[in-house]
Amino acid sequence: MSRDMMSAFELYQPDTVDGAVDLLGRFGAEGWALAGGNDSFDWFKDRVKRPKYVVDLGGIAALKGIRESADGGVEIGALTSLTEVEQSSVVQGRYKLLADAARRVASPQIRNSGTIGGNVCQDARCWYYRYGVDCYRAGGNTCYADTPEGQNREHCLWGADRCVAVSPSDTAPALVALDATMVIVGPGGQREVKAEEFFIGPNIDIERMTVLEAGEVLTAIRLPAEWSGARFYFEKVADRNTWDFPLVNIAAAMKVSGAAGSETVDAIRIVAGAVQCVPRRLTVVEEVVRGQAKTAATASLAGQSAVRGATPLNFNHFKIPLLQNLVTRAIRDA
Amino acid sequence: MADNTNGRGYPEPRFDQFVSKATSRRQFIKGVIFSGAAATGAGYLVTLGGCSGGSGSASGVERLLTLNVNGQTRPVDVLPNETLAMTLRYKLGLTGTKLGCDRGECGACTVLIDGVANYSCSTLTHAVRGRPIMTIEGLEGPNGELHKVQQAMIDELGPQCGFCTPGQIMSAVALLEANPTPTRDEVRHALSGNLCRCGAYDHYLNAVMRAATGERVSQA
Repeated sequence: MSRDMMSAFELYQPDTVDGAVDLLGRFGAEGWALAGGNDSFDWFKDRVKRPKYVVDLGGIAALKGIRESADGGVEIGALTSLTEVEQSSVVQGRYKLLADAARRVASPQIRNSGTIGGNVCQDARCWYYRYGVDCYRAGGNTCYADTPEGQNREHCLWGADRCVAVSPSDTAPALVALDATMVIVGPGGQREVKAEEFFIGPNIDIERMTVLEAGEVLTAIRLPAEWSGARFYFEKVADRNTWDFPLVNIAAAMKVSGAAGSETVDAIRIVAGAVQCVPRRLTVVEEVVRGQAKTAATASLAGQSAVRGATPLNFNHFKIPLLQNLVTRAIRDA
Repeated sequence: MADNTNGRGYPEPRFDQFVSKATSRRQFIKGVIFSGAAATGAGYLVTLGGCSGGSGSASGVERLLTLNVNGQTRPVDVLPNETLAMTLRYKLGLTGTKLGCDRGECGACTVLIDGVANYSCSTLTHAVRGRPIMTIEGLEGPNGELHKVQQAMIDELGPQCGFCTPGQIMSAVALLEANPTPTRDEVRHALSGNLCRCGAYDHYLNAVMRAATGERVSQA
């Protein structure tokens, strides 16, 4: 099988969001929205996905750039490159959590072409699914990863429902921790969805990772003023520092009061990636930590509470102590 | 038309008209050149298998486009599903850009688009219409002199086998444009998207530091 040249498609390069939505609406299931292409081209080259019509969103100026909004927040166009997000002085100054997460995505070149919208909309990275087998996520009736011999070192600790794939994004946990809002435009107009509800697991729809319906386009991501300038912690653990998807990553936003050394945690949102099909908000940790002194004991308790109920597969038990330690560090060092 | 249309309104491409068991290599190359499929780098010609022929421009993008490569204006016929690496190597003969993995996982195909390092294997040529593209060939000075990064690669014995070197150099050139006085760690970060299977990473870092500082880095 040829695995180098993509199968043929017709390419459209609209310059407005309305134009793109119109085209995607017309093409239906045969259409494909293309952002940076780092996810799409793998599918095309492997001939696993063969859309007839590809709509390149890269020429739509309205989808790019980082703007401060009137309510004190920041709006990031979905086609803004990860490098731009990482280097933006506004993001670095007020939402460093997101800049830190963007810096840990893939490689410099992928961050240059890859977009923040594409990073959160990318498909599952389970290698069985990517290989093109007829697994549940691909419309079949088998999970190849969750079998006695299935290689599932990268797979989930929670939320398995036929499929055991995880959320592969580094920016997604940061966006959920920052309580971001996703702006979506479709044939029916514009709607807004909280980042926490944007990602969906196999129990809701096994064939997609987000609430985006066919023909809809993620146009912008809004960061609320509420978490601007808070205390942040981001850490990603992967096999290699470049390219690899996270084995586990952690994103925390925290507000503290009191003098250094005897601080109290007033508010916190903490989210782990690559442990579930969606970025996993660790609400138990939030409850354990909120109102408590920011001490080593609290951090240790938080780490222990984070992993309660984790259900490992054959080869991913290591993710449990990994997550526990990352949560402990996040509470201790944020 | 009856026997060679496919219901899509245009004939299926017949690559067998160029390649048959009875055709010599010389005839094959002549055939491709005269058919207008490609011009240079004859040893590297491929018959882009799996792509449809025909106009394709009737409804989508116009196939004939103009690229700005290494300061030159290059008209070229580009398929909608063609990557920049394909166009550079097989249409424009710029084979200094290497294809390693074709998956954005190795960095051998790194070129500069608007001065920024990109994987040309993971970029559609149609997406860079009119934007300045710089390949390793474009680093040459007006009198054939090497770019300072290239010279430093020689002076510091940077490459081993050399296959990843054009990509490494392009990443280094992009870095030095943005940051002429990087630290060794900044260089390491900038080259982190380029694999070297010989493991000559430290030599590459030496070379880029030498290009930046003008001073010898490696020990005798």
